Amino acid sequence: MYEKDGEKYFVVDSHLHFWDASPENQANIHGKQFIDCFYGYHTALSPEEYLWSEEKFQKYSEEDMMHDLFEIGYVDVGIFQPTYLEDFYVNGFNTTKQNAVLKEKYPDKFVLPGRFDPRDGEPGLEAFEELVEKYDLKGVKLYTAEWNGQSKGYSLKDEWAKRYLEKCQELGVKNIHVHKGPTITPLNRDAFDVADVDEAASEFPDLNFIVEHVGLPRLEDFCWIAVQEANVYGGLAVAMPFIYSRPRYFAKIIGELLYWLDEDRLLFASDYAIWQPKWLVEMFVDFQIPEDMQGEYGTLTPDMKRKILGLNAAKLYGIEVPSEIPQPDVVAATGSDTYPEAPLR
Amino acid sequence: MKPTEAAVLGALSGVRDPELDEPITDLKFVADLRVAEDAVDVRLRLPTPFCAPNFAYLMVADAREAVLSVPGVQRARVTLDDHHASNEINAGMTDERGFEGTFAGETEGESLDELRTIFRRKAFISRQEKLCRTLLAAGYSAAELAETRLGEVPDSEAKEKYLSRREELGLDASAKAPLVVDPDGNRIPEDAVVQHLRFARITRVSIEGNAGMCRGLLATRYGIPDPEEVAP
Repeated sequence: MYEKDGEKYFVVDSHLHFWDASPENQANIHGKQFIDCFYGYHTALSPEEYLWSEEKFQKYSEEDMMHDLFEIGYVDVGIFQPTYLEDFYVNGFNTTKQNAVLKEKYPDKFVLPGRFDPRDGEPGLEAFEELVEKYDLKGVKLYTAEWNGQSKGYSLKDEWAKRYLEKCQELGVKNIHVHKGPTITPLNRDAFDVADVDEAASEFPDLNFIVEHVGLPRLEDFCWIAVQEANVYGGLAVAMPFIYSRPRYFAKIIGELLYWLDEDRLLFASDYAIWQPKWLVEMFVDFQIPEDMQGEYGTLTPDMKRKILGLNAAKLYGIEVPSEIPQPDVVAATGSDTYPEAPLR
Repeated sequence: MKPTEAAVLGALSGVRDPELDEPITDLKFVADLRVAEDAVDVRLRLPTPFCAPNFAYLMVADAREAVLSVPGVQRARVTLDDHHASNEINAGMTDERGFEGTFAGETEGESLDELRTIFRRKAFISRQEKLCRTLLAAGYSAAELAETRLGEVPDSEAKEKYLSRREELGLDASAKAPLVVDPDGNRIPEDAVVQHLRFARITRVSIEGNAGMCRGLLATRYGIPDPEEVAP
């Protein structure tokens, strides 16, 4: 819970990790490259006082995480996203099973999504069903660029992906977090293309598709899809930290998202431990669209921030929100038909 | 004639990151350049080890072609540093295997042309919005933009870049051609211009944002200054 200027905010961090990328767990050079890539994101976009050493970043403790999220980070509930990467890390990067240890220890603090890999075929389907039952999963996180043997990734258009999504529907696993990455075969296509989410979202209208990183680097394609499909949501991991290093760009992203999607389909996320919720929450609550851009993008209200910071995710996962938190109505999406609404400067 | 470093750099400045629509020289992707008689060695670097291998390949291949186009250059070697597919790409380049040969079994159908075209269309739309923005700021209405022909638009850098992207798509870039067209060259009617530019705007925001992100990551990775954010 975060409180500022008399306004209270319930915080659901919809994307966080507890990974082990230490050299002992790296299976090959790609394990090192993968965490180096994350570390680059961490150092490029964090305020200096929140920078970690490479060693700590590769493997941090349970105490670090509980402290950063719940003691100082204002997080009420965290959605614990798995990223298996078993081709890169001996014991995986962070699997549902590993995350479940903390979920069992702190049952009210975490929501535990699972994961499936359509390339695991029929045997994987059974294993997935067991996983769902064992942990009572309400969501999955899919990393479509995950390597699996010879394969460098998959598409939600694949026949087996659909079989797994049908299984999700059948088992009541309603929230499908989709994370795009740089390698998806065939390699001559754009791996970040989110068009497969479009097809899956229209084929499975009862499932919610949360596109992680709001489709970045394909923000425009993501917005286009979200306009067509009411069951498509945007997770703000990776977009959030621009609030510090590139606030004008952050204003544009948020402005565009609010125009194309509205305030009811955006989910706050830190992507911990890449970034920490403490500074993201503080800066977001203080944030306003710069004055010279308000003609194009409007302004942010406390109610919008409340929805984005926690209420939207709470609704998707049925998380109980304390009664002291105002619960504003859902807005109807409104698009202005003049461009620009005010003169450009 | 012995090629000069400046001539080679000039040729490399014509190579763009297809996704970011900016020259690889401006993006500081050229890590090293050596000219010895008629042979040129170029090393490229990218913001992360996991940058998309297809775009990485395109830049390496385009850079090689650009260097070979410089008069006097007989041999060109372009290599990619510290990337998850460095070995494949560098070996594929040496053996002139092409993208399909380099990543045998991991591609399908068309070569990289289709991918390149998608991003040329995005670049075109983004540059069009950038130019239209300057015109809107100068007092044009959206309706007037729909009526404007290329020859009526005052010369500027934004116009020049827009025209170059337009020509790359093989679209009519003559003075009498309408300013606001879709990536297939169809004129946008007056009542659709606003929505068209709206979508064009987010395409530009996306491309520019990605370029900013990549600059920041490259700066962090190689310890070079990160250019300050500039006002839109």
